[in-house]
Amino acid sequence: MLQTLWNSRVNCIAVILFAVGFATLLLHRNLFKKILGLNIMDTASCLLLTSMGYIEGRTAPIIVDGVTDVTRYGNPLPAGLVLTGIVVSVSVTAVMLALTVKLYERYHTLDLDEIYMIARQEAGKEAPQ
Amino acid sequence: MKKSDLRAWLRSWDAGEFDFTAALSAGRSAPEAPAENKDHPWKLEPINRLEQGEIKSFRKIYPFFAVVLCCIMIGFLLLTVAKLPTYGSPDSPAHNEVMERYVEKGMEETGAVNVVAGVILDYRAFDTLGESHVLYTAATAVFILLLSLKGSGEPEQEKKIMQSDPLLKSTARIIVPLVIVYGIYVIFNGHLGPGGGFSGGAVIGGGLILYAIAFGFEPLDRFLNLKIYRMVVLCALCFYSFAKCYSFFCGANHLETIFSPGTPGMIFSAGLILPLNVAVGIVVACTMYGFYSIFQRGRI
Repeated sequence: MLQTLWNSRVNCIAVILFAVGFATLLLHRNLFKKILGLNIMDTASCLLLTSMGYIEGRTAPIIVDGVTDVTRYGNPLPAGLVLTGIVVSVSVTAVMLALTVKLYERYHTLDLDEIYMIARQEAGKEAPQ
Repeated sequence: MKKSDLRAWLRSWDAGEFDFTAALSAGRSAPEAPAENKDHPWKLEPINRLEQGEIKSFRKIYPFFAVVLCCIMIGFLLLTVAKLPTYGSPDSPAHNEVMERYVEKGMEETGAVNVVAGVILDYRAFDTLGESHVLYTAATAVFILLLSLKGSGEPEQEKKIMQSDPLLKSTARIIVPLVIVYGIYVIFNGHLGPGGGFSGGAVIGGGLILYAIAFGFEPLDRFLNLKIYRMVVLCALCFYSFAKCYSFFCGANHLETIFSPGTPGMIFSAGLILPLNVAVGIVVACTMYGFYSIFQRGRI
């Protein structure tokens, strides 16, 4: 078991990185740090996917000298998939940051609990009127 | 306290009575700054004491449980990794006949030496078109959220932020042209080696952002404002869609296309891949710069 894990250590690192990102997401109340955690998780899943395309002793899937022998090149598909993942991650991060800016404009804090409390206080103040 | 009072206080805070730089130099981060206004009537407090106690005890045990949860997650995921095919083994089920087909016939059919470029911009070009649209949609969403933020625009404050030191300016003067030329190289080399529209576009966008940091937005505003941004990005996306529709239509009906694979390895080869890379690169570069501009000053 340990030998297997050591042999696929890149996948293990990706998994641990994913959990680190998840912990960041859980432990911090600052919205910006939550976004950072989400980005770490994105990176981890990208790492896991790319590592699937690597084959021991083969080069990147860029044809050299016109040799189209499969046994010389790695898998081109995970690279293409990861490209999609990276672009989506960038887009989602941008939208999240924009929403965070809006929240900050409204509540002047990035702390999620404080935002929640202010929102509830306001709702409570408004209700009796 | 009334909501109108809160609004008035927020407005006064907005008007710049609070000095960010002082707060930063005092060792406080900017987002925490409003807490310094202790004498203000509006204070942050939970609805009642009991709830405050609850929150306190919750906060004590919460990190512990979060860490335990993450450790359990690591354990389960490591068990899964142990069951996965070993890293780098050639008999992993991911390396099946699809990959064989792409590597063996890819260069012949698409003309791209870089098989990944052939896959993402020829076989699965609609996937990449969707990606570009995701980026464009995200940019649109960000614009919707932030564009009206500083409608009047405070040129005084903008100038203050943009005061950069001479070191940055002289470095940027040397580096920015190199960065942009390198980005163009990466885009135009996408079918010949590592690179392509997304990476090259990101490099060019980074160069534009560096320029904006060093010299301010005014020089860039001359050729990249919101109108031009929209026009360029829309043209790039429409060109991509129509070119790929044409190519797929011809390919499906076994018609001759005007885009031939050419000689693999030449710069003008690989049919549509080079122009599509350029279109994607334009979209990515403009969007990256647009993100920076919109977050920095609320408009592009």
